[in-house]
Amino acid sequence: MIEISHLTKKFNDKSGEVTALHDVNLSIGRGDVFGIIGMSGAGKSTLLRCLSTLETPTSGTVTLDGVNLHTLSGNDLIQMRRRMGVVFQGYNLLMQRTVRQNVAFPLSLAGGDPAETARRTSELLELVGLSAKADSYPSQLSGGQKQRVAIARALSTSPEVLLCDEPTSALDSLTTKSVLELLRDINRKLNVTIVIITHEIAVVKAICNKVAVIDASEFVEWGDTQEIFAAPKSRMTRQLLGYEVMNDD
Amino acid sequence: MIETIQKFAPLLWENTLVTLGMVGASTLFAYLLGLPMGVLLRVTDRGGIMENHAFNSAFGWVVNILRSLPFIILMISISPFTRLLVGKAIGPVAACVPLVIGAAPFVARLVETSLAEIDTGMIEAAKCMGATNWQIISKVMVRESVPSLIRGLSISTITILGYSAMAGAIGGGGLGDVAIRYGQHRFEPKVMLLTIILLVIIVCVIQIVFDRLSTRLDKRNR
Repeated sequence: MIEISHLTKKFNDKSGEVTALHDVNLSIGRGDVFGIIGMSGAGKSTLLRCLSTLETPTSGTVTLDGVNLHTLSGNDLIQMRRRMGVVFQGYNLLMQRTVRQNVAFPLSLAGGDPAETARRTSELLELVGLSAKADSYPSQLSGGQKQRVAIARALSTSPEVLLCDEPTSALDSLTTKSVLELLRDINRKLNVTIVIITHEIAVVKAICNKVAVIDASEFVEWGDTQEIFAAPKSRMTRQLLGYEVMNDD
Repeated sequence: MIETIQKFAPLLWENTLVTLGMVGASTLFAYLLGLPMGVLLRVTDRGGIMENHAFNSAFGWVVNILRSLPFIILMISISPFTRLLVGKAIGPVAACVPLVIGAAPFVARLVETSLAEIDTGMIEAAKCMGATNWQIISKVMVRESVPSLIRGLSISTITILGYSAMAGAIGGGGLGDVAIRYGQHRFEPKVMLLTIILLVIIVCVIQIVFDRLSTRLDKRNR
């Protein structure tokens, strides 16, 4: 469903050119829960930003069902963005709007019928278990609840893909577990493909059927989670699994 | 003192209303100009949703130049334009023209600062949801900074009040006019004192009302 091919992303900063991603290739199938794991600075967030069209690759392509995401513009780009929901580490909720208004926001941007928007919003709040908090403001919620609102919001336009950037990194372990269970439910019930960027091996073990390990801007290993973790080939994977001690040099 | 109050009460009351009218109307028009200017400064700035370095620095210069002009000089130098616009260059209505032109660039900078407080993550989230630039401006940037914009509104209203007292010096009308004509020229220190007390009260009321409104509307303080 998503094909990443020869994706390279370079940034220019004061110290010169920095390569965040180098010739990355990956194929994500419909219905997958795909984990992309790596250390900080490995390039995984940049990869997700290329998928969500917030960044344009320096070279290479990302396609969704054969459509190149980065050649789209105007209304085509907006329509494509509605086919993908994005969940952020920092939630990025609108602080001056209620939970209900936050979840309804993407639909109201699309100019949907208010009655249909209201129905869909209630349905999503039920799904994430926050119907009772519909009229609260984000500042009144806990981290886990905020992330549930963000997930409901990302699902409101009925996207085919949910892109999650470190969705549980700001949460404690119990809350992490319940948010991950929610994501797994969404994948099963709604058949939404999920891509999760994380640095926590536990997240991948808990819900991902596929995994790709990224190290220093490149994928070092990818495939079925069970196979990869049963017989890790790369040093980075072994380090992430704790089989090998990390060298700081 | 009581005698002075009795004698000058109608005059002071009338001119308080003139001042309030002048400040209210000027603030409204200063925002009609300054709000879009502030938005433009913010969105074209580095990291803005319509980043445009050349435009941003050129426009930034225009705003800075307008802000550097002392108000009294601005008022006198644009009087032909004022006359063209409202038919005369003296009186409270005419004073509104330089007040608006003097305050708009100041308002623009205040608005720009308020909008800059918005987390870029929120704007990126809206982009990912398929928001157009206009929707990001109206439904995210401006909407989310309402409490901060209201705090800015109290600063600009009080600044315009200060300018309006200066406008009194050249026949703008209002409390500044009373202070100059009676307090200064006719040497009535009690009238001067009363005008100052009235201005202090107006400033305090503006500050308190807008502060409360801002706190009340801000859903982050719950």
